[in-house]
Amino acid sequence: MTRITRLQELVYEVKVGEVMTRQVIHVTPQTPMSLIRKLLREHRISGIPVVQDGKLEGLISIEDLINALAESAMEATVGEKMTRNPVTLRADEPVVMAINHFATHGYGRFPVVDEDGRMVGIVTRGDIIEGLLKKLEVEYHEEEIRRYRVSHIFEDIISDRTSIILRYDIMARDFKRGGEASSNIKLVLTRLGAPLEVVRRAAIAAYEAEMNIIIHTTEGGEIKAEIQRGRLILRAVDRGPGIPDIARAMQPGFSTATEWIRELGFGAGMGLSNIQRCANEMKLESPEQKWTFLEATFYLDGRNHESPPASESESEKTDAV
Amino acid sequence: MKLQQIISIVDGQVLVDAGVDQEIPCAAASDLMSDVLAFAEPYSILLTGLCNPQVVRTAEMADIAAIIFVRGKVPEAETIALAKEKGITQVVTKAPMFEVCGRLYQAGLKSCDVSCRITAPKGPPNPPEKPNHSPTL
Repeated sequence: MTRITRLQELVYEVKVGEVMTRQVIHVTPQTPMSLIRKLLREHRISGIPVVQDGKLEGLISIEDLINALAESAMEATVGEKMTRNPVTLRADEPVVMAINHFATHGYGRFPVVDEDGRMVGIVTRGDIIEGLLKKLEVEYHEEEIRRYRVSHIFEDIISDRTSIILRYDIMARDFKRGGEASSNIKLVLTRLGAPLEVVRRAAIAAYEAEMNIIIHTTEGGEIKAEIQRGRLILRAVDRGPGIPDIARAMQPGFSTATEWIRELGFGAGMGLSNIQRCANEMKLESPEQKWTFLEATFYLDGRNHESPPASESESEKTDAV
Repeated sequence: MKLQQIISIVDGQVLVDAGVDQEIPCAAASDLMSDVLAFAEPYSILLTGLCNPQVVRTAEMADIAAIIFVRGKVPEAETIALAKEKGITQVVTKAPMFEVCGRLYQAGLKSCDVSCRITAPKGPPNPPEKPNHSPTL
């Protein structure tokens, strides 16, 4: 099964009545053909519905006009030359019906009628495209407003330093729930509108820190995510036993993990170096070798590390050019 | 290469379908989750012999699109439930890891590039920006 796009859903949700043009130029069967040429040209349209007492009688198009010209029958009435029983659509039918009609019949427009055959509008390909785009724009706008509201917390709440602190208790050996805290941190950051590249790095670092507490501590610990304006600070604090040799622990590949942890896919000695790589700044302390404090900072300004800021000389060069 | 193509190349059975129409840039094959976190690229696939829920968590954090379990190992119900919740496609294949990698590599799927693995810039942040009204933090 393939994933259905929003547009594919919309063609079933939106009704013909929502996209059609309501103010329709129309003529009566008694209108002379000579007037049709003028109407088509003035309004830049290619067909006009023919209506008598509100009821749709037929459709008069450029093709009918050309035929009348060829027969030198411009004095005839529309009623004589029009196409009778035109294919119509109902206002309550989904837009997908109209799209199918365009594909199968090849006409440029379809009159829209109600149950009693009274004309209520007309629909062209352009109407459908415009209607769907408007619908998409409204949805996009609603999403933007939601993002706007949450991300402006830091402007709406006035203080010298505003921060949101998320706290998560992590239990030692609780492998089953491992990753829940990081998953929630990732979700919150995404909702706050942080750049996705930063969200990903922060989530990976949080997850490694969370797994470290689960795997290596005896008493568990806590992960705190402090979101400030422009930065996220992750702090992982545990209650022991601490790291005897931090320099060694930082070496990729160094691990004290037991066999069962390795069987679960962890304990390869990559966790701390992964955190260091993902974070913009990292601090690791194990005071008195009794407990561990890890702090990892992420800049949320979306700074793209693939394009470092231009150096002095480079900007001078640019100025010269 | 489309995920659908990858599934048919490995004769995979889909356990969780979170969309198989997307384009997959590369693949990572490992049973070490920290390795995966270090070098898997976003929207890639993970080939693994591990079946616990941590595999799904790893995929979630690293924005991995799909997990392929090799050697016919069907993951625990919890693992499948978590993948459904997180919208990550899961596939199981009978072929062993070496063969799965071989088939996909031969078909043109590339390995996630270890050299361009995720790294944050070090050093001080940019100077504090003037208040702007774009929807970012």
